[in-house]
Amino acid sequence: MNTLYLEIAVVVLGILLLMVEAYSSSANKARLAWVGAIGLFGVLILSFLPQHAPAPGTASAAFVTSDLLSVFFVRLILAATIVFLLTVPSFFPVLRRSLPAEREGGGLGEFAILPIFVCAGLMWMVSAVDFIMIFVSLELATITLYILATYLRQNTASLESGTKFLILGALSTGFIVYGISWLFGTTGTTNLLALPSAIAALPEAAVTPLLFGIGMILVALSFKISAFPFQFWVPDVYQGAPTPVTSYLSVASKAAGFVVLIRLLGALWAIPAVSHQLHAVITLLAALTLIFGNFAAIPQTNMKRLLGYSSVAHAGYLLMAVASLASKMAVPAIGFYFAGYLAMTMLSFVVLQVVSEATGGDEISRFNGLGRRSPLLAGAMLLAAASLAGIPFTAGFIGKLLVFEVALKQGHYGLVMLGCVTVAAGFYYYFKVIRAMYWQQPAEETPIAVPGALKFLIAVLGAAIIAFGVYPAPILAALR
Amino acid sequence: MSLLLILTIVLPLAASLLIMTGADPRRTSLGAALVNLALSLLLFFGYDRTAGGWQFLSEWKILPKLGINMTLGADGLTLVMILLATLVTVSALWVAPKVEKYNGLYHVSLLFISAGVIGAFASLDVLFLYSFHELALIPTFLMIGIWGTGDRQAAAWKATIYLGLGSFILLIGLIALYISIPSGHRTLDLRELDQLAASGVLHPSALIYLLLLVGFGSLVSLFPFHSWAPGAYACAPAPAAMLHAGVLKKFGLYGLIRIALPLFPEAMHELNGLLLLLVIGNILYIGYVTVSQKRLDWTIGYSSVMHMGYIFLGLASLNLIGVSGAALLMFAHGLSVAAAFALCGEIRRRTGTLEYSELGGIARTAPVLGLLFGFATMASLGLPGFANFAGEVLVFFGATAAGPVMVIPVIVAVWGVVISAIYMLRAYRNVFWGPVVQRWESVTDIACGAKWAVILLLLPLMIAGFYPQLILKMAGTALPH
Repeated sequence: MNTLYLEIAVVVLGILLLMVEAYSSSANKARLAWVGAIGLFGVLILSFLPQHAPAPGTASAAFVTSDLLSVFFVRLILAATIVFLLTVPSFFPVLRRSLPAEREGGGLGEFAILPIFVCAGLMWMVSAVDFIMIFVSLELATITLYILATYLRQNTASLESGTKFLILGALSTGFIVYGISWLFGTTGTTNLLALPSAIAALPEAAVTPLLFGIGMILVALSFKISAFPFQFWVPDVYQGAPTPVTSYLSVASKAAGFVVLIRLLGALWAIPAVSHQLHAVITLLAALTLIFGNFAAIPQTNMKRLLGYSSVAHAGYLLMAVASLASKMAVPAIGFYFAGYLAMTMLSFVVLQVVSEATGGDEISRFNGLGRRSPLLAGAMLLAAASLAGIPFTAGFIGKLLVFEVALKQGHYGLVMLGCVTVAAGFYYYFKVIRAMYWQQPAEETPIAVPGALKFLIAVLGAAIIAFGVYPAPILAALR
Repeated sequence: MSLLLILTIVLPLAASLLIMTGADPRRTSLGAALVNLALSLLLFFGYDRTAGGWQFLSEWKILPKLGINMTLGADGLTLVMILLATLVTVSALWVAPKVEKYNGLYHVSLLFISAGVIGAFASLDVLFLYSFHELALIPTFLMIGIWGTGDRQAAAWKATIYLGLGSFILLIGLIALYISIPSGHRTLDLRELDQLAASGVLHPSALIYLLLLVGFGSLVSLFPFHSWAPGAYACAPAPAAMLHAGVLKKFGLYGLIRIALPLFPEAMHELNGLLLLLVIGNILYIGYVTVSQKRLDWTIGYSSVMHMGYIFLGLASLNLIGVSGAALLMFAHGLSVAAAFALCGEIRRRTGTLEYSELGGIARTAPVLGLLFGFATMASLGLPGFANFAGEVLVFFGATAAGPVMVIPVIVAVWGVVISAIYMLRAYRNVFWGPVVQRWESVTDIACGAKWAVILLLLPLMIAGFYPQLILKMAGTALPH
């Protein structure tokens, strides 16, 4: 099956749902989310059929590929979108409160349909091998995400979040376009596959403008993957955006950014003219991101901000693996890390969504005594926190193990030593949540009810965390 | 028979699952622990000593391409440690009170610590040896934080961060060890690692040994990585302190015997001076710190740090006598310190304080409690008749035989016995003897259940004290001759 059909199917699903939405009654908006999730699940199953890239020579062959990396991340993004859609109906009460109520149920349906378009954009982005394609799919995904981030229109935090996201997103778009034009100007190609040979043929004098172009693109990608010093939008945007959007933003859109980074660096890593500078920059980026993400997370009192900084911290560990790209285990390590990261991050956001709906806030103190109010939610959060901190028998541990292994193998001793310190810092801020849930007294004793769909999600994501942590071989095999 | 070994790990986990789904916490956990004790006795006496080597083997493939499999197996030393673990688990669950907050979680935490440490001892794969040990990290954090006493929050944080960092350094050391194996031979299986080392394929650098020493060392509270331990034990509820100080801490020593001793013979030899220096710190410095304590729980907490020095001294002697002594002492210290913490918890429950200045004369109204504490005290300071004595004597012999470099450490260690006599006897006198303080005139004696829980620890200690061969012959199957 041609790999393009997957994305086309997703877009068709989205358009169909939009048309249905126009005629659906306000009580039935939740069904759109269920249908969307089931449709995407169907696409996920289709992705396990034998795939092939567009035939060489055709127009689309120059733009998308179907290698192990793209297939893996297409599935990952589909899975993340399905999780998103399943959380949407339980989020409707919040939406109803913060949307102008001109029409009962207005605006609810789009919240369940727009993610499908983000999904298509990100799927294209991870399959793209040409910067034009990368740029177009990036814009499809981010413009839709701007809308989603600012969706709670009567909530100033959400508006602030959306505005910051829009401005900084536009800035990073500027960087990437500017970088691409320099790259094209020096090498005459925007295709990643053709890049190595084009650079090899370059005269000595053209290397500096080339590096400048690559640098601009790296800046833009650093925004997307929230690497230091381009992470400053993360806490604010995460805090203000609707919880399911934050969750999606921190997993799917970051994963796509990393895939583009891997493709770009993969093309350039071994070229002597630029490799030296690139190695140094990525190593530095990894070190700074690790330090900033982990240490800035320590004093946080708001759960969303904490998870925001934690996502910066995890970008640091992932960058450690990117800095070790010469090892053939680096890409499988990154892929595995993301699979685990999806399960543990989205699980913590699911718990957060229920807790903040029940208690009316996102602060860590809202988790006080959760162990008594809902053993299920507290247990799920405990598991997610353990995995995020990297405790054995969870996905997070195997992820860290693989990342540190490739980093040591490539001789990044400094990064590894730094990693030890930041892991210890991680124990502190993740355990802060555990402390709130079990050590502290609850403000009130009433049990918290968990909607059925979220119970299902908690069970699936929790099982995934343990399954990946105990038996990681299948995930790794998918990337080798 | 190999199924029995797996069962010892699965049973506590299954019991915790049952408790989470609503089974009676105390009955379920204690039942599982008792069955586990029976299983470990069955394994202990079912081990074929004449055949030796690893028995009860079972294996699951996890990451075959990287040479990582979950392999379980046991030799004599493993079974001694598992027996220690199951004995202390039964005793700890027995003395565990019914708590008001999260009664189920209390028992689940204890069962997780127990399953983790048994799994660590039974793992032949280094990665799983490590992973199982980490199962205890969150339960410890919860136990100290929720049900602890005193400055529990600070103690829980300190222990968690310290142990988290220590074990991560250990993990880096293990990964570095793995990478140092020539590709094609890469494995984390202890048996294959031993073979690689014996055939000269493996040449890990001394730096990796240092990482392991710091990593394992901070788990064992080797000076100067000890500062998490006394506070954590003093603040932890008695059952958690029993399992942690008695069993979990021995994991670090077990790891050093299993990994460092066979794989780093040269590095251990070269860096022995450093280790001996730390040992002197453990015995002399911590010994004097212990003397200056003014509370019973802190005294016992520090004493358990100090006694690790003797075990390290046995390891550092690098000969069969010394290491056997260390193994015996691991078993003995595990039981004696668990008994001390159990009794400490009983006293705290009756008086609400453990300050020496406020206690006194409790033996008058609680004679059995006093008698049992006397036994625990005697065991801890190494009186003949208890396994601690046999272990310490072997350590001294082994260390003396190791050559002139050991003269000073041995003298220090012998002096350490005097120090520990000072603080333990003083503690015993301050709490149980002297004039009866009026407040404690109505203190009740130890309950029947708790009494037997302590006897369960003291009895094997005396059996092994009169017949140390029982433990030594088993442990000897693991040690190179």
